[in-house]
Amino acid sequence: MEHLPVLQIVIPLLAAPVCVLLRHHATVRTFAVLVAWTCLGIALTLLAEVREGGTISYHLGNWAPPLGIEYRVDLLNAYVLVIVSAIGAVVMPFGFGTPEPGLRDGQHHLYYAAFLLCLTGLLGITITGDAFNVFVFLEVSSLAAYTLISLGQHRRALTAGFSYLIMGSIGGTFILVAIGMIYMMTGTLNMADIAERLPPVLGTRTIWMALAFLIIGVSIKLAVFPLHQWLPNAYSYAPPVVSAFLAATATKVSYYVLVRAIFTLFGAAFVFETMGMQRLLMPLALLAMFLGSIAAIYQEDLKRVLAYSSIAQIGYMTLGLSFANEDGLTGGLVHLFNHALMKGGLFLVVAGIVYKLGSSAIGDLRGIGRKMPVTMAAFVIGGLSLIGVPGTVGFISKWYLVLAALDSGSYVVAFMILASSLLAVVYVWRIVEVMYFQGDGESREGLSDPPLSMLIPTWVLIGGTIYFGFTTELTAGTASEIARMLLEGAK
Amino acid sequence: MTPPTAIGVAVLLPLLGAIGIQLTGKRPNLREAVTILTSLLTFGVVLTLVREVTSGSRPELELAEVLPGVALAFQVEPLGMLYALVAAGLWIPTALYAIGYCRGHDEQNQTRFFTCFALAIFAALGIAFSRNLFTLFLFYEVLTLSTYPLVTHYGNDEAKAAGRTYLGILLTTSVMFLLMAILWTWHLTGTLEFAPGGILNGKAEGPMVAVLLALYAFGTGKAALMPFHRWLPAAMVAPTPVSALLHAVAIVKAGVFTVLKVIVYVFGINFLDETDASVWLMYAASFTLLASSIIALTKDNLKARLAYSTISQLSYIVLGGALATSAGILGGGMHIAMHAMGKITLFFCAGAIFVASHKKNISDMDGIGRAMPFTMSAFFLGSMSIIGLPPMGGSWSKWYLALGAADGHHAIFIAVLMISSLLSIGYLMPVVGRAFLFPAKASEHDHGHAPASGPLSRIFPGLHEAPILCVAPLCLTALGCIALFFFAGDIYDLLLPITLEP
Amino acid sequence: MDLLGLWNYWAVIVLMMIGLYIVIARDNLVKKMMGLSIFQVSAIMLYVSMGKVEGGTAPILPADPSESDVLYSNPLPHVLMLTAIVVGVATTALGLAIVVRIYDAYGTVEEDEIGAVDRQES
Repeated sequence: MEHLPVLQIVIPLLAAPVCVLLRHHATVRTFAVLVAWTCLGIALTLLAEVREGGTISYHLGNWAPPLGIEYRVDLLNAYVLVIVSAIGAVVMPFGFGTPEPGLRDGQHHLYYAAFLLCLTGLLGITITGDAFNVFVFLEVSSLAAYTLISLGQHRRALTAGFSYLIMGSIGGTFILVAIGMIYMMTGTLNMADIAERLPPVLGTRTIWMALAFLIIGVSIKLAVFPLHQWLPNAYSYAPPVVSAFLAATATKVSYYVLVRAIFTLFGAAFVFETMGMQRLLMPLALLAMFLGSIAAIYQEDLKRVLAYSSIAQIGYMTLGLSFANEDGLTGGLVHLFNHALMKGGLFLVVAGIVYKLGSSAIGDLRGIGRKMPVTMAAFVIGGLSLIGVPGTVGFISKWYLVLAALDSGSYVVAFMILASSLLAVVYVWRIVEVMYFQGDGESREGLSDPPLSMLIPTWVLIGGTIYFGFTTELTAGTASEIARMLLEGAK
Repeated sequence: MTPPTAIGVAVLLPLLGAIGIQLTGKRPNLREAVTILTSLLTFGVVLTLVREVTSGSRPELELAEVLPGVALAFQVEPLGMLYALVAAGLWIPTALYAIGYCRGHDEQNQTRFFTCFALAIFAALGIAFSRNLFTLFLFYEVLTLSTYPLVTHYGNDEAKAAGRTYLGILLTTSVMFLLMAILWTWHLTGTLEFAPGGILNGKAEGPMVAVLLALYAFGTGKAALMPFHRWLPAAMVAPTPVSALLHAVAIVKAGVFTVLKVIVYVFGINFLDETDASVWLMYAASFTLLASSIIALTKDNLKARLAYSTISQLSYIVLGGALATSAGILGGGMHIAMHAMGKITLFFCAGAIFVASHKKNISDMDGIGRAMPFTMSAFFLGSMSIIGLPPMGGSWSKWYLALGAADGHHAIFIAVLMISSLLSIGYLMPVVGRAFLFPAKASEHDHGHAPASGPLSRIFPGLHEAPILCVAPLCLTALGCIALFFFAGDIYDLLLPITLEP
Repeated sequence: MDLLGLWNYWAVIVLMMIGLYIVIARDNLVKKMMGLSIFQVSAIMLYVSMGKVEGGTAPILPADPSESDVLYSNPLPHVLMLTAIVVGVATTALGLAIVVRIYDAYGTVEEDEIGAVDRQES
């Protein structure tokens, strides 16, 4: 199957307009689910191929790079492809048989079209080896994401989507400018080629500006503090299923772009030693970890808690990156996977709660633990993973991050990582207490767990947080291999 | 069954029991039978491992390699064997007691209660048999989480607040200090496996050793070293069976077991002795020892007094470990068993008094010795063991602790031990004395509240004892205190090998 | 430093700053969209102007194929910008569509008034 790399994009891309044509609800839903599962299958195959045979290079239309567009799959993008498509495959069938949230009658085909376009864009960013292609797919996925977010029930979803559009477009344009500057100095858009042609011109101001624009642009998409303003509203007001999908994928792909840019294009030596980017990224990451967690403690809505928690978790990933040592990069990359599982699972839990209760305000959650035990158990386990209890994936991420801090000699940062996990205890346990304890006086008759079509995807992800907390071969094993590859291979 | 299988079965049985209890929740008698059966079977399987350990072998069982070099694995060694015997063994009388207490008190949510109990024992055995710091830490956290529903059992605001203190202190210390210490150990040595003689020799030196020890000692919040001791009195809002097994036996012993295990198998007794890194810990433990004994004197609530007594007794064990001498370690290890037996008796009595007469405060307990002679006699025997008087088991552990202090040329701690024994006489004996020697107070609590204890009140009219299921276990454990006096030699033989390592 | 010769970059900077200023400073959502468009145009200008080769002509093959000595400007940036323009159009269209829906829901497209309505509701 030599055309797999391009099929990874073409299948969801073509499936999107097909969705627009299919009007029947169940048909379009089944179709979308099948497409998502096919994408996962392709991603897994690609990962297996890369593990065995090394980097795959696919020339689009048989035009040879660097003039033609190349899809280049190495261990890093195969890993991210699997994460993105797996989340897509799990989220797409969520709530099969129940109405999609917030959609007016007769709009479901458009919803799935947007969903598949978003998936296409995300997969495209990951798989392409051409810098401008990254921009194009970035905009494709972002536009689809703005649409999906604006579909939320509350009218604030519209303003949230609009703010995200503004900020996201600014970010995208900054990335475009950065690509332009790199093109000016190297004459090529192919990433592998750029990596070869950059070293002689690394000392020019143009390249410094390119790095700056690129990091800022990606940071907006990644919601690195203080460019995170769009995230809390976007995740809170979007339909919960959309939040689950975006929280688990969009920021992960942006992180991938940052890693690719720093380690493959510019080289760790330039970014960290010459430009000293860790002096910018590390403090911002630490601020994100603490301020995000503290903000989460004071929120009154469950989705907002998870949104601010995401900002903190993105801080962890950025922190791992800024250490620029093997443990740090492994920690950041493994947290990519782990956070996708945790946040995806937790948002799906919220989706189930919203379906049953109609609200995700914490005050409305009193005592639902007894009537919805399966859902609540999922929340507790996801919460424990956020805290980083051993036996969950959260612990694995913390393990690598603290070791990275110790490796680079910063005991203070190590302590700070552990201290911020304790903040997670506060905001998670606050919700657990409300759900299990304050049950008197609330008539919860007739309340029960959401249907299986919702519970199964939720538990696939939550169960994953425990399973991959014990068998880390696929996640941490791959991540450390990638880290080693990035740190030595790319200068 | 082969020893490795026995390890797996021993740890798994309480977990399966927990599932069984959940499934039979609707039929109380069947559910209770599951608890009792599981506890008996678990203890039986744990017993089969004793012979292996005393003959010198160290059976192990590896379940999974979680991270490169970090495995979820079990290995049985003498200290863990002792802790496992204590936890699994005392689960049996506690199960009976809990059944009696819950029924006598008409408790709510009994299924959740017994399920979490079984899960806690599961975690305790996991800690006892852990082969490396990761496994120990994993089960340590499982223990904290599985006992939270027990502490907050009553579901009222007081329980919720206590639960917050409990979780807050235990999770904070375990994440900020213990996990930090574990990661630092990995960073220094590249391994987390316990090894005789320790793993830090040659990898750490100077003040770093003392700092690392501090992280371990304070990180083990369950050992209740001041200032991280507040969770223990807070947890007394739980029903008494919980206080008895968990806060006299399983949880707190997990804490001091961890401290001892780290001292013996991560630092190494000789390494610690050479570097003098634990001298500060001797003073910290002594401070906790004396301060909590003094606080115990001021408490009128019986359970609160026993709680502070527990904090004090735990520091005995930590002191024994800190002394870094063979006798100290042996004394500390022995005290795990002695204190467990003694304290559980005292807590059982406190609960029995509450069930029979609804009295919580010592000042109300004048003269109840006449109405509850079995209970108060058991209380007397348990107190003697805690104080350390022969012929109770506690005297042996005190003896070895004092010997350890002398060996290490730290004679001041012998004085500390002596003073604290006097203090413990001061806070325990009055309870017994007032119960038997003072006249009973006429109070409104007396009439009609003692559920007839069946056979006993038929034989002895005028007796207002707690139900037989409460009284029998506490008599058993009281006699156990005496029995341990004679079995101390066996415990000594069991533990001796850990002090002979390189 | 060839300040005047780099006038195209000055133009880019001016347009970018104007665009960003409008996005940040103006409350009217439609005006924000205009600002965003101006901002995106500045990036387009950057690419197009960088493609110009001094003395080069438009990158179209001459009518007489035998002419070999022609200097062309770089066609690649123009092509890239066709895509970018399309992206810009899509973004503007989507943004304005959301603005229309906001107007339906809130009755206004002024950001401060929208904020006031939200605060009143909560």
